[in-house]
Amino acid sequence: MIKLEDITKVYPMGKRELEVLKGITMTIKQGELVAIMGPSGSGKTTLLNLIGCLDKPTSGHYQLEGREVSRLSGGELAKIRGQKIGFIFQTFNLLSRLTALANVELGMTYAGGVDRKRALEALASVGLSERVKHRPVELSGGEQQRVAIARALVKNPTLFLADEPTGQLDSHSGEEIISILTSLHAEQGITVLLVTHDANIASHCQRIIHLKDGEITAGESS
Amino acid sequence: MKKWSSLLSTVWLGISTHKLRSFLTMLGIVIGVGAVIILMSIGKGATAQILANIQSMGSDLITIRPGASFGFGGVRGAGGSTQTLTIEDAEAIAEDVPYISAVAPSYSSNLQLVVGSENTNSQVTGTTPEYMAVNNLEIASGSFFTEYDYQRGAKVAVLGSSVKETLFGDDDPIGQQMRMGTIIVRVVGVLESKEVMMGGPDDAIFIPLTAMQQTVAQPKTAQGQSVVSSVSLTVSDEKQTDNVIADITSLLRTRHRLAPSADDDFNIMSTAEIAKTISETAGTMTLLLGAIAAISLLVGGIGVMNIMLVSVLERTREIGIRKALGAREHDIWIQFLIEAAFLTLSGGIIGVIIGWLVAYFVNSMGLMTTVVTADIVILAVVVSVSIGLFFGFYPAWNASRLNPIEALRSE
Repeated sequence: MIKLEDITKVYPMGKRELEVLKGITMTIKQGELVAIMGPSGSGKTTLLNLIGCLDKPTSGHYQLEGREVSRLSGGELAKIRGQKIGFIFQTFNLLSRLTALANVELGMTYAGGVDRKRALEALASVGLSERVKHRPVELSGGEQQRVAIARALVKNPTLFLADEPTGQLDSHSGEEIISILTSLHAEQGITVLLVTHDANIASHCQRIIHLKDGEITAGESS
Repeated sequence: MKKWSSLLSTVWLGISTHKLRSFLTMLGIVIGVGAVIILMSIGKGATAQILANIQSMGSDLITIRPGASFGFGGVRGAGGSTQTLTIEDAEAIAEDVPYISAVAPSYSSNLQLVVGSENTNSQVTGTTPEYMAVNNLEIASGSFFTEYDYQRGAKVAVLGSSVKETLFGDDDPIGQQMRMGTIIVRVVGVLESKEVMMGGPDDAIFIPLTAMQQTVAQPKTAQGQSVVSSVSLTVSDEKQTDNVIADITSLLRTRHRLAPSADDDFNIMSTAEIAKTISETAGTMTLLLGAIAAISLLVGGIGVMNIMLVSVLERTREIGIRKALGAREHDIWIQFLIEAAFLTLSGGIIGVIIGWLVAYFVNSMGLMTTVVTADIVILAVVVSVSIGLFFGFYPAWNASRLNPIEALRSE
């Protein structure tokens, strides 16, 4: 499913260069549920962004479902993001002006077109049928994150990428989100990759990849 | 279709979120387009009115005046200042040039007019009875002087409407006597008002040329011919106007014994030509007015760009989210471009409606003649959309180029 080979990522920081990822090699199989753990600044989010085609590696190879994507153009990467990848962010990243339903529909706008029935189904599957007309400010953090999951879910992605999905939630809501993700993984066989530094959350995963200073220290193969 | 409807709802979302801001942005375009419509309609209205005035003189009218033609270069005498045109010239034209329906020579002079205690100084034109038909004059009361009056040099006068107003007020002047220079004349007719600018027939008095010769010393040429100040004539077939002018020119050059290299000592103007010149001048004026108004449209366009830049900055995070969800640069670009164009198009349409209404009321209240034509409206709408596209281009491009990761991180 995901095959990274000696991936590096260097950011220019003024005159110096900051090497965030120093040769990452790893494989994630179809249908895995994997946690990426590591301290702040270890490059977790950068790695997730690369896997999510939001960014390109400085060097190395990245194959997604057998296709080399590390050198694709911005437009083609956008297409992959639209069709295959569902993002879930720590800060939810919902559009505050839109209702829950409209936010979910936004997930389909760039992935083949809006289908209201599917959007409602997705909201129902995360238990928010009663709240479709509510705006993000009228929803709790856990509910907002569930809207974000529905938004990612609605386009049938093959890969779920969650960046600290429970980082801003109380432990109860966090558990809810994780149970939704694990059940999606179990029932639909979606590959889930989540970044966290909560060992409790990571314990739900099949495999934990540890990252430190841009290098994998443990768990690169299952 | 689906794609467009979702694009439009996205655009509408962007605009409706900041209603006041969108409205103010639009207002700049509304004022610009409105100003263009109003000023252009005033310009066009003025042109139309001037042309109507000229048409009222008769579209088939040709006027010959002594002196070199108007124009630039070299020293020339003012039109009418020289004494080269004679009654005999007029007679020769009437006889020799085809396609002429009537010829009226005239000699004008300013004379003091006195009726009782009222007096005024007015232009008195001595002419032939044909003058009325040639110059499209109409009689309000009484009649124009006749061929018989002309033959016997009758001291009768026809008054322009303004002159009648000054001297007689509301009284009926027909049959009344008035002093004109050194002679006494009897009023036989009053002309219908032409409502044209100063110097038209409203301010003039018409008497037989033969009577004029008894009143003022009409100058004579060296050959003893009576000088006239102008000869007006009408052509019977307007298509022949150019030929008639050419024939008159060669006839007069022969009669005046001008060397081939010499300039004409007369000038010929047809109403068609005057109308053309004036409408060209007025067209330039209208364009100038439009250009001044267009400056406000430009300022409005800069306002649109300003707001779009702010809007892009403010919605950086939204752009990041859209990109994470699969939006291509192209999608973001189109979204903001359409948003800008939508603002200016709406502003343009509202501006057209307001400009049109103002032009309509200015016209109907009689302040000014205004004419709103379809081409102004289409131009205004096209220009306003173009302004949106032009000034929206850079902000939209900015938005589309945002790095999704940085955009997502922004607050």
